[in-house]
Amino acid sequence: MTWIPTTNEERDEMLAAIGVASIDELFDVIPPDLRLKSWDLPEGLSEMAVKRLVAEMGNRNCGSLVSYAGGGVYDHFIPAAVDALTSRGEFYTAYTPYQPECAQGTLQSIYEYQSAIVRLTGMDFANASLYEGGTAVFEAAAMAVRLTNRQRVVIHESLNPVYRQVVETHTAHLGLDIASGDDPTGAACVIVQNPSFLGTVRDFTALAERCHAAGALLVLSFYPTSLGLLKTPGEMGVDIAVAEGQCLGIPLGFGGPYLGILATRKEHIRKMPGRLAAETADAQGRRGFVLTLQAREQHIRREKAMSNICSNEALMALRSLIYLCLMGKDGFLEVARHCHAKAEYLKSKLDFGTVLNDGPTFNEFALRLPRNAEEVAKRVMDQGYFAGLPLAPLGAGEETDLLIAVTEKRTREDLDGFAQALREAACN
Amino acid sequence: MQTDYPKELRYTEEHEWVGPVGGGIYAVGITAHAAEQLGDVTYVELPEVGRALARGEAAAAVESVKAASDVYAPVAGKVAEINGALESAPEMVNRDPHGEGWFFRLSGVSAQEFESLMTAEQYAAFVQEHEG
Repeated sequence: MTWIPTTNEERDEMLAAIGVASIDELFDVIPPDLRLKSWDLPEGLSEMAVKRLVAEMGNRNCGSLVSYAGGGVYDHFIPAAVDALTSRGEFYTAYTPYQPECAQGTLQSIYEYQSAIVRLTGMDFANASLYEGGTAVFEAAAMAVRLTNRQRVVIHESLNPVYRQVVETHTAHLGLDIASGDDPTGAACVIVQNPSFLGTVRDFTALAERCHAAGALLVLSFYPTSLGLLKTPGEMGVDIAVAEGQCLGIPLGFGGPYLGILATRKEHIRKMPGRLAAETADAQGRRGFVLTLQAREQHIRREKAMSNICSNEALMALRSLIYLCLMGKDGFLEVARHCHAKAEYLKSKLDFGTVLNDGPTFNEFALRLPRNAEEVAKRVMDQGYFAGLPLAPLGAGEETDLLIAVTEKRTREDLDGFAQALREAACN
Repeated sequence: MQTDYPKELRYTEEHEWVGPVGGGIYAVGITAHAAEQLGDVTYVELPEVGRALARGEAAAAVESVKAASDVYAPVAGKVAEINGALESAPEMVNRDPHGEGWFFRLSGVSAQEFESLMTAEQYAAFVQEHEG
């Protein structure tokens, strides 16, 4: 073995080179009150005691609330087979294999995931997946900057404000100009979302044409389930389509793990971030799978790599693939129809509020209530409902505005009960 | 392996060649030695026409089955033309590195800068020395 960790001398040399006296000094940017003061941990507990403690903590969750919250992640049905298949030992890995040729099954599942995303979006290529929806938007923006050699990224009001924050955080030190609106002049890309954060459905075909006329790209953040009813990114002429893939068989969790989807057109593929599985033939002519176009990646291109992403969200990508296979085309379209029809039904029951969307919606809409939305949400929680997202804390609406999402899981009784509870909480 | 390096070209330690094609224009490519070391070239990324390059600036990139490398401008100049044929036929870099496999052409090149580079003979010796 030739690998030897750094010696104290080497460490001192490196610190001197960057002009820092000690390793601790590297952490000076963290405010003192946020730094760990001591490792004063309690005594260890027995397995039995730990189980009891964790169960007690878990019971404080409101796990039985019926959720009308969305804003990027949704309470969709997940067939039991998704868990059963993804938990098999042969599949159970978070990562792309680092010796891909040894893991043909994993590579095949990634290849099939990519193929499913291509069919879903109408784009030419999808990568092996990214972390989640927000970072996928950032990766698309960075890709557009590489493709156009332009420094301006224009963010449309339709984009999820949380995704915008992620883009701003990632680009804070990249010297990019982040602008608002939809003017593609001099821009690397315009980033839009469909349906919008508030749920409004738009057709961005004309904007795609304007972008291309100005030498810019159109990046679209889409909601995979909605493609069962809506025009695909491919049909709109989008250059880079990204999404949060949670709706495709991944349970709701605070902090994930979720799934970042990224798909693009053939001419842009050399600048695409992330891993890419491909089909090939071995020396005997048998079908096999490899990772391809790896010269884009960090282990070969070093500091000039397209991204620091050098793995993927393999297990979540597998979940979404199994979900899509179980649903099939008809099932997938049916889920979308249910989502839309049930949301329309609920909308019709909420006449005490004002729907704020200025166009058609898919399964989510913004409602202006006669009273503070956070207060209303707290009230209906006692009756077993997670009412939705109050918009004011996200800077996306007034104090009275609530974002409500409906999935195929809601029954007519659910919807009637929720409409009644919301009416009482908002009006009495 | 003994390679014949064309006498009318000049060479760099980064294994690029540059040579006049007439009208004050100079073509740039990678040497037969570089192409052989890279193995089968699968993709070539070329600079934008009109881009001004400083001497030693990363101007293009070449990917092979084995590696990806930058190609540097051997002399300063402005990109006058790129070899678009490499897009669909990158194997030309292996087949004819000093001819059809050229990467881009530069205008506004200083003859003095060109002359300052290694001659075919010097480059052959340089390669031999570094091959051991």
